[in-house]
This record gives sequence, C-alpha cells and structure tokens, in this order.
Amino acid sequence: MRAGFAAAFAIARKDLQTELRTRESLTASLSFSLVILVLFSFAFDLGREELYAISGGLLWLVYSFAGALIVNRSFARELPNDCLDVLVSSPAPGWAIFLGKTVAAFFLLLIVELVSLPFFGLFYNISWWQSPGTLLLVIFLATWGIAVVGVAFSAVTVNIRLRELMLPVLLYPMLIPLLLGAIGTTTALFTRDPEALKSMGSSIQLMIVFNLIYTSLSLYIVEFILIV
Amino acid sequence: MREKLTYALGILGTLVMLFNLNTIFGDLPDEAMQGTIFRIIFIHVPAAINADIFLFAALCASVAFLAKKNFLYDSISVACIEVATMLLLLNLVTGSIWGRNQWGIWWAWDLRMTSQLMCFLLYLGYLLVRPAIAEPTQRATMSAFISIFAFADVPLVLMAIRLPNVKTQHPGPVLETGNLAPVYQGPFALGILALFLLGTALVLVRLHQETSRREIDSLRRELHSF
Repeated sequence: MRAGFAAAFAIARKDLQTELRTRESLTASLSFSLVILVLFSFAFDLGREELYAISGGLLWLVYSFAGALIVNRSFARELPNDCLDVLVSSPAPGWAIFLGKTVAAFFLLLIVELVSLPFFGLFYNISWWQSPGTLLLVIFLATWGIAVVGVAFSAVTVNIRLRELMLPVLLYPMLIPLLLGAIGTTTALFTRDPEALKSMGSSIQLMIVFNLIYTSLSLYIVEFILIV
Repeated sequence: MREKLTYALGILGTLVMLFNLNTIFGDLPDEAMQGTIFRIIFIHVPAAINADIFLFAALCASVAFLAKKNFLYDSISVACIEVATMLLLLNLVTGSIWGRNQWGIWWAWDLRMTSQLMCFLLYLGYLLVRPAIAEPTQRATMSAFISIFAFADVPLVLMAIRLPNVKTQHPGPVLETGNLAPVYQGPFALGILALFLLGTALVLVRLHQETSRREIDSLRRELHSF
C-alpha cells in the first residue's frame, strides 16, 4: 500500500515534470480554452442578466473541452518508446499508475482552469471572485471527477484507432451528472441568486458521490485494463 | 438446439405481443385523464424495464469476463447491450411521442429524461468503440470496462423519479405505488414478457453471430500463420 502510494507520487511527479518542461498539452489546452471563450462570445450575443444565467454552463463547457485535451495525452504520452509496457511491467500496482496519472491530470487541468478563469471574467464581464472558497471547492471536485473518468477512459482508448475521437464520445456522456452539479453551483455562485444558493448543497453532494463512485470503481478495475 | 430455442422464443414473443396488442386496442377502456394515448405505456415502460434487465445481464457478463477471461462472456455482453440499446431507443422515442401529446413538448431536460438519454449515449459509445479495437482480448477487456462504468448510470435513471427533492416533468413510479388500475396490470405484465422474449431471441441470434465470427477470425488467423 505504502509502496503503491510512493509509486503513484513518483508517476505524478514524472508526468507533471515532463509536462511543465515540454508544455505539450498544457499550452494546447490553454490556448484552446481561450479560443473557445472567444468563439462563445461570438456565438451568443447576450445581455447582462442572460449572460449570468448561462455563465456556469459556459465556464464548464470550456473546462470540459480543455479537460479532454489534457486527459487524452495522459496515457498516450507513454506510447513512444513503449514506455507504457515498461510502466505496466514495473512493480508498481495498476491502481498506483492510475492514481499518479490522475493526480497529474488533475493539477494540469487545474492550472488551465485557474489561468483561463480571469480571462472568462474579463471577456464576459462576470464578477467571479465573490465567494472564492466555495468556487475553489466546486472547481476541485469537478476537476477531480473529470480527471478520474478522463484518465480511466484514456487508459481504455490509448491503443485504439481514432483515439482522439473516441475519448470525447465516451467521456462527455459519462460526465453529465458531474457537469450538471458543477454548472448549477457555479451559476449560483456567479448570480448570487438566493434560491439557487440554497440548493447548492445537493449539487455538491452529487459531485462528491460521483467522485467517490468513479474513483473507487476506476482504482479497482484499472488493473484489468492495463494488462492487455 | 440453440436455433430451435431462438425460433421458439421469437415466435412465442410475437404471439404474446400480438395477443397483448389485441387486448390493448380492443378490450381495454381509455384512461380517464389521457384517453387513447395512454396505451403507449404498454410499450414505453416494458422497453425501459427490459433494457435495464439486459444491461444488468451485460454487467454480470462483463464482470465475469474480467474474472474468467472467457470470450463467451464478452459475446453475451455485446449481444445484451445491442438489444438493450435498441430498447432504450424505443423507450426514448415512445416517451417523446407521449410527451408531445400530453405536455405539448417533445423533450424536457429533467433528470429522468436526461439520465436515460445519457444511458443510451453511453452504450452507443460502447458499440462505437468496439469495432475500433482490433485485438480481440483488448477489445473484450475494454468493452467490459466501459460496460461496468456505463452501468453506474442505470441506478440514477431508476432513482430519478424516486428522489424526494427532485422535481421532474416525468410522472412518478406507478408500479409499486399501486396507481396502475387492476384492469391494466395484466396487459402491462404481458408487455414486459413479450419484449423480454423477443429481446432474448435477438440476444441469442447476436450471440450466435458473435461466436461464429470469433471462430472465423481464429480460422483466418490460423491460415495466415502458415
């Protein structure tokens, strides 16, 4: 168990270090999310009220698009030089590899989100900093969910044709409950609508339950899918 | 033997279906509030129930595959999911027609409908990913994984109209609350039985196809190895 966590930590550190050095998916994902933000501003010509009403949805669509780019590389990064085979045949248990990769993807996605959040506020004129603590909690929860499910499917799709196309097809429907919760809470936090703020608790619960189910499920079955 | 069983189930299912349709359209009285359109319940709900039954069977087969690595389980899983996806589509389409008639809209984004659509999309993803994986063991393992992951949505669909503080456009459960009049209960049960028999027949057909395909694949591989 302890060795597993050490291995997970090492893998997470390796992934983060490689990514921070090469900035392959980080820059791509970041610029992509900015492009999407600009595109959305063309697509919807809205008044202030309406803009606030859809703000959470806008933000999380951008984040989930960016997330797909990040997790797509998670296992694909190991394909050159057969690194994946080496990882799998190393003494590190499957769940540790998965956990390490998930933690790395979580932090990478977090960086993208925190950098693009001010741009979102700037482009759409939305005051997002009104309750930073709760917003951060929502971002943490939803980002962890995207990372867990995304990395799990990244492991599933790593060896198949049309990997980049198949991952979103599987990932987005799976993320719907999580995104529903995240969008609801984020919109409530931006609009400060008292009615919506009151029902925030159940959305946060939904996200926690989602994370618990999929994290435990993935940690348990990932062993089987990595071996083949 | 299997062929005979498939035919028997198919014929039996068709007969039950025809008998039931005759009762539904000929003998049953119109529902007090909704009139004729109410009869769609005898397709709409049985389709959902049977879809969940086959999805559960697929889940069990997927777990069994991961545990035993026997390809028969993979075939069972894909056969069940294909039939279940079709039933989910039937459920969504009939529900949409019913909604248009009763609510005036084809679709509402409430939790019940959203989670059911999500369920359909997840299993559609399963069926899309399968052909993209060339290596059989890998295909079977990945499929089992997706099947297990996707099944986590099924309890959500079931819970969606039973949660205390969720408002849905979709009506609440009618079965366990006794809100279904006794005269409708017989055709309702037969509706479930008919789709189950037909679905099982289709699963057996698909199972047969999958097994023969696997045999042909292995023969082809043997041929190429010389």
